[in-house]
Amino acid sequence: MERPLTQYIHPDGSPRLLREYVKDGGYRSLQILAAGMAPQDLQRLVAEAGLRGRGGAGFPTASKWSFVPMGSDAPKPKYIVANADEMEPGTFKDRVLLEGEPHGLVESMIIAGYALEAEVGFIFLRGEYHLSAARLTQAIAEAYAEGYLGKPLPGTAFRFDLHLHASAGRYICGEETALLNALEGKRAIPRAKPPYPQTVGLWGQPTIVQNVETLYNLPHIVNHGSAWYQSLSRSKDGGTKIYGISGRVTHPGWWELPLGTTARELLEQHAGGMVNDVSFRGLLPGGASTAFLTEEHLDLPMDFSSIPSQVGRLGTGTMIVLDDHTCPVGFVLNLEKFFARESCGWCTPCREGLPWVARILESFEEGRATHDDLALLDMHADLLGPGYTFCALAPGAMAPLQSALKYFRDDFVRHITLGRCPVNSKQKRHKVLV
Amino acid sequence: MLTDIERRELDDALKHYPDKRAGAIDALLIVQRRRGWISDDSLLDIAQFLGMTGDDVDSIATFYNLIFRKPVGRHVAFLCDSISCWIMGYEQVCAQIKKSYEIDLGQTTRDGRLTCLPIACLGHCERAPALMIDQDVYGDVTPEKVESIVEKYK
Amino acid sequence: MATIIVDNRTYRVDERQNLLAACLGIGLNLPYFCWHPAMGSVGACRQCAVKQFKDEHDRCGRLVMACMTPASDGTCVSIDDPEAKAFRASVIEWLMVNHPHDCPVCDEGGECHLQDMTVMTGHVYRRYRFPKRTYRNQDLGPFIRHEMNRCIQCYRCVRFYRDYAGGRDLNVFGAHDALYFGREQDGTLENEFSGNLVEVCPTGVFTDKTLFHHYTRKWDLQSAQSICPHCSLGCNTTAGERYGILRRITNRFNSRVNGYFLCDRGRFGYEYVNSDNRIKRALLRPELDRTKPGKPEGVPQILGVAADRLRRARGIVGIGSPRASLEANVALRSLVGPHRFVPGIDEREHRLLSTILSVLRTGPVPAASIQDAEESDAVLVLGEDLLNDAPRLALALLQSVRQQPMERADELKIPRWDDAAVRNAVQDRRGPLFVAGYRRTWFHDYATETYFGAPDNIARLGFAVAGTIGSSAPSVPDLTNEMRDLAQRIADALTQAKRPLIIAGTGSGSHATIEAAANVAWALHQRGKQPRLSFVLPECNSLGLALLGGESLKEAFDSISQGKADTVIVLENDLYRRAEQAKVDAFFDAAKTVIAIDSLEHRTTAHADVLLPAATYSESDGTFVNQEGRAQRFYQVFVPDGDITESWRWLRDLARAESHETDGLTGVATWRNLDDAVSDTAAAVPEFARIGEVAPSTGFRLAGQRVPRQPDRYSGRTSMLSHLTVHEPPPPHDPDTPLAFSMEGYRGPVPSPLIPQFWSPGWNSIQALNKYQDEVGGPLREEMPGIRLIEPVATKAPSWFTAIPRPFQSSPHRWLLLPLSAVFGSEELSNRSPAIAERISEPFMSLHPSDGARLNLEDKVTVELALQGTTYRLAVRLDPSMPAGTAGICLVPDVSGVRLPAWVDLSEAVKTGRKQRVA
Ligand SMILES: Cc1cc2nc3c(=O)[nH]c(=O)nc-3n(C[C@H](O)[C@H](O)[C@H](O)COP(=O)(O)O)c2cc1C
Ligand code: SF4
Ligand code: FES
Repeated sequence: MERPLTQYIHPDGSPRLLREYVKDGGYRSLQILAAGMAPQDLQRLVAEAGLRGRGGAGFPTASKWSFVPMGSDAPKPKYIVANADEMEPGTFKDRVLLEGEPHGLVESMIIAGYALEAEVGFIFLRGEYHLSAARLTQAIAEAYAEGYLGKPLPGTAFRFDLHLHASAGRYICGEETALLNALEGKRAIPRAKPPYPQTVGLWGQPTIVQNVETLYNLPHIVNHGSAWYQSLSRSKDGGTKIYGISGRVTHPGWWELPLGTTARELLEQHAGGMVNDVSFRGLLPGGASTAFLTEEHLDLPMDFSSIPSQVGRLGTGTMIVLDDHTCPVGFVLNLEKFFARESCGWCTPCREGLPWVARILESFEEGRATHDDLALLDMHADLLGPGYTFCALAPGAMAPLQSALKYFRDDFVRHITLGRCPVNSKQKRHKVLV
Repeated sequence: MLTDIERRELDDALKHYPDKRAGAIDALLIVQRRRGWISDDSLLDIAQFLGMTGDDVDSIATFYNLIFRKPVGRHVAFLCDSISCWIMGYEQVCAQIKKSYEIDLGQTTRDGRLTCLPIACLGHCERAPALMIDQDVYGDVTPEKVESIVEKYK
Repeated sequence: MATIIVDNRTYRVDERQNLLAACLGIGLNLPYFCWHPAMGSVGACRQCAVKQFKDEHDRCGRLVMACMTPASDGTCVSIDDPEAKAFRASVIEWLMVNHPHDCPVCDEGGECHLQDMTVMTGHVYRRYRFPKRTYRNQDLGPFIRHEMNRCIQCYRCVRFYRDYAGGRDLNVFGAHDALYFGREQDGTLENEFSGNLVEVCPTGVFTDKTLFHHYTRKWDLQSAQSICPHCSLGCNTTAGERYGILRRITNRFNSRVNGYFLCDRGRFGYEYVNSDNRIKRALLRPELDRTKPGKPEGVPQILGVAADRLRRARGIVGIGSPRASLEANVALRSLVGPHRFVPGIDEREHRLLSTILSVLRTGPVPAASIQDAEESDAVLVLGEDLLNDAPRLALALLQSVRQQPMERADELKIPRWDDAAVRNAVQDRRGPLFVAGYRRTWFHDYATETYFGAPDNIARLGFAVAGTIGSSAPSVPDLTNEMRDLAQRIADALTQAKRPLIIAGTGSGSHATIEAAANVAWALHQRGKQPRLSFVLPECNSLGLALLGGESLKEAFDSISQGKADTVIVLENDLYRRAEQAKVDAFFDAAKTVIAIDSLEHRTTAHADVLLPAATYSESDGTFVNQEGRAQRFYQVFVPDGDITESWRWLRDLARAESHETDGLTGVATWRNLDDAVSDTAAAVPEFARIGEVAPSTGFRLAGQRVPRQPDRYSGRTSMLSHLTVHEPPPPHDPDTPLAFSMEGYRGPVPSPLIPQFWSPGWNSIQALNKYQDEVGGPLREEMPGIRLIEPVATKAPSWFTAIPRPFQSSPHRWLLLPLSAVFGSEELSNRSPAIAERISEPFMSLHPSDGARLNLEDKVTVELALQGTTYRLAVRLDPSMPAGTAGICLVPDVSGVRLPAWVDLSEAVKTGRKQRVA
């Protein structure tokens, strides 16, 4: 099984410097570009490869690129931004790449810059990733010294500059337009779309924001072609995926596997199943803002097209497992507290609705909830859903709630009728008129 | 007043931006790294350097959770309170910190050594619960390990 | 135009709008918060959600925010859709989660947009049962009260204050549901337009602190249209009264003038009307002995004495006033005869005004309205300090700099109302705004380029620009290279613009800058451009008085000193502000009889033998002509106490009393009501011919009825006077206007000057305005925005001004003292309002640091300056923008007869003996 993104990463987590990277074929793709691959050819190649964004939405990368104005009368400068803000609870795949293979991102961004005739790149790195920051800083310095950055690509007029920007925290910075505001030194409030960043992005210039993992695929697509890339995958979208699992499983961790690997295979073969004495109740397939999958969905291929939209979506592919010793209401409460705290405060439903939801869930956990509260949760799950709020944060927050209300409704009701949390039996019982 | 070193660092950080104001977040982080937190005076220093007002900079500073507008201890422990860590025993670790150091989340020990803050998912979910002290991340933290980890930070 | 379908009905709307504006424009009710007609959409509050369908066959549709959706052709939406309604009700429910529901004690209650929208969405029952968040409020200074608990986080305040008005000291702090809208620390909001927050905030977070001191609900206010008397721009306001106290001023939309916003001087300057220093009784000095104080005698008796004096006078001089209505001035002119009437301004101002008038009258370039200024795409300001002398115009220019960059948004197909996106596309790009002056303010931060120099140099720059633009315009010899390049850049920007605007005025006291401005505009005109001119003038009726004509104050002084006259009538004018104290003293001493008519006590009224209490703008009706030449009508809001009446009525009564024995009354003596005053005014000079069309005449009725000044819900009418009488007295009669001092009368659409307050069913706040417009942001229905009295002679070839001054030469021993004005402090009436008074800074003298060094003066020391016979204590401010060799003098609140510019030897005039540091 090929693992192009991670095959060279040291298991002990030690850094890979320029020499090592180049020895293993690093930066080779740039020679291919320089040998005469035009930006349009490169864009076509990526389209044929079927690369879809790994940031959570699975948007086809090439079609996102197609909106960037190209040619000599396109606005200058254009920007490429790597979204390395990874703050989605349960998600740690980008960190693995950034720490283990920092030059991969530099090379990838040069390729993306070349494809879009964008001359400046920014890596928007979450502030807590100090190790990644150190390694990226070194990689960028090495790449400058070696002339990959800051000098024209041999034989072309294309020259790329790359800068690292460390964020000061906030989940919303991962939303691509909020990220642009953060990068401009402003409050990270999302922007309305249209206009899309492809035309009016960073400082009003055409900009592409791409997830770290998405970008890492580019050198391999350039090096090996689209057919090879398609062949890596078990699904109709190309490539591999870094999957991860956390929660009470035997071997929590990450694995680069063909896109389309099933949840069951991940859970049972790679994560070694649940730990002793606990059993599986459900999982969030890709971070906190995805809907629960349960036993019945375990054989679905984990890719961007196999999960029916009424069931959920893949998200980041890093799964969080809910077991039978963990209260699903407490689980969702933890998520909603996170989302309420991370709301940017711009639009009403998200700013006011999420804290309300969290408080209601808290009252469930405390055994003070009523059936009216259940109805309020249902209402919020609907009215904070897609299409109602300014950005996708609140809809993301509602995905686990709505699905929990569907799959674990009995648990919610038992909190009401018992007047306490059935799992966390230490709690005292509340008498509530229901 | 910004020190020369701070000034040089800021100049360096602002190079990549088309305008100075874009460097506001970098500036806050740089000054905070040196001074521990952003006091009102620091805020105005930064504002002046960037050609902004205190209101401008504070609006940004108060938005981001890694900018401290109140003093913190010599070391800051960030305890991940997100989902995977919660499943794997965050609450017990948190209780242990409270017990060992007599501080609640958001508080600083009386000797000014340690501030403990909650933080969103640290991206180490496969090794939950996770704890970050200053810039070092610890995984698979258990209540028993808490003291031996924290003891490294005087 | 686009055809849109709303709830199965078809409408024609302007496709450049968003759906929210379009729906409001066609009269539909759709709630909103974050959108504002002048500030565009940001889609934050989510209150304006509607269901949009792909086409008529689409049954599912999807929710969209109306304010973020273009009203493009074929758009098909539903407001009544159950899902949309449910969502809108939820938005209110969310907003109410933390709202304190303190309407009974909230100053916004009864005119609260949040109340209106809550009712509109039908949210009634509170389901949130957790604690609410609370905040500490800030002291924001004398104008604005702060109550953060009421905040619904619509972000309008910061968008107005920062993005629209250029303020820097208000912001949003924090994140998620812990947001704070305020200042970084307690303190006075510094922006000159902060008062608009009162109207911009949809609930009671920012409220009018002056109103708070004499609080009255909107429904209890008797109101009428007013025109702001505090600068020359003529912003429209609505003034509200109860129990004989003027309670507040709010903005009054006029599509050509002030649009949605006022400056703080205009909004908070009104309280002088309630001042303890009001003259309330007619006073007569016993035996006309000026050593004795005046005594209130019966009005008929006083008039009798006055008339007797007038009849026996050797000659009467009438001194009019640029802050009194046209009608009052015409009345005086009629009483004393046109040759004995002077407009009451000093010689220098008189000459500046005549030049401006002749530029506007005889030149080919029209004057710009504030609206024109806002839409202009390249601006040159020559010598004016707009922020301090014409603040609303400065606010307009802050918008004008967005005009050119906005074209980039157009290219990117971003609709202009999509505010955040436009700002992203535009970034910090600004259209050309060149500001030449001699004092830096924050307004200069918005300029493309600034030039600081003495007025003569500013004029030279202007002449140079004109010479660069127009081949036949005189060019300036001996220019420095630097100046030539700057002139070239300005000329290029102006010629490339579609709607260039040139601004000058009387502020610097320089003739040459005015002439230079005219040359620039004319040169542009000659090049086939459509330029406009705007002249900033000293007072609210300066241009009206200039049109009325008459000699300068010196003429009046001379006729007394030369014995041609011995009797003076001073109309609403404090001559001590206009001439040196000694001269004015001598003038009054020489006059046998002084009759003064005014509203507030001041040094001139102290000399009056007969003092007649004048009604202020809110107690009288009349016409002001603003700096654009726009005549506008203000209306009496309430009937004042005491003997107070309109100045023109006093003059009428004097005229009648004087001619009492001779038969056959003429002129002002025949006036019965405002209509007569207006028609005689119309006849006074040709330009006034159409004055009568400014507003409906006295006899105007709708359905046979008058228009009531009091709202439907005016409360307590039967008991308001219960401490005096158990009967409800009949309301006072209004002989002058179609308005009534009562609740009874015609309720329905009326011509705009007659609208007492903006109010509509379901719309109790000022946002009801949209119910008075056919298109949101457009003119009011039946708008009568005033009448422009001067239109250019477009075909006329300009006769260039050729008197180009020599470059300013600083002198070793003398300094050119230049006038500095202050938005709070320089205007006579507003200064007497407590809130404004609190904002008046101490008088100061600005010097270039090199002059400070020459004079051995440090920053912030206090000095004494002997100037034209008076000694002033001034704080020294070293200011590098002051041209070397000049000194800026800001004498507030007393502009005492000091005439600037003037050359003075500061090393002699300044005493530093008692030099001391000030905090
Ligand atoms: C609230 C929110 C947070 C997000 N956080 C991240 C993130 O941390 N990293 C990321 O790559 N994408 C994140 N996204 C998705 C980005 O908006 C964007 O879709 C992505 O960076 C596009 O990259 P891709 O096309 O390569 O997937 C987030 C989206 C939302 C709504
Ligand atoms: S700009 Fe002038 S006229 Fe307008 S409101 Fe302000 S003071 Fe009054
Ligand atoms: S008015 Fe449309 S979202 Fe606020």
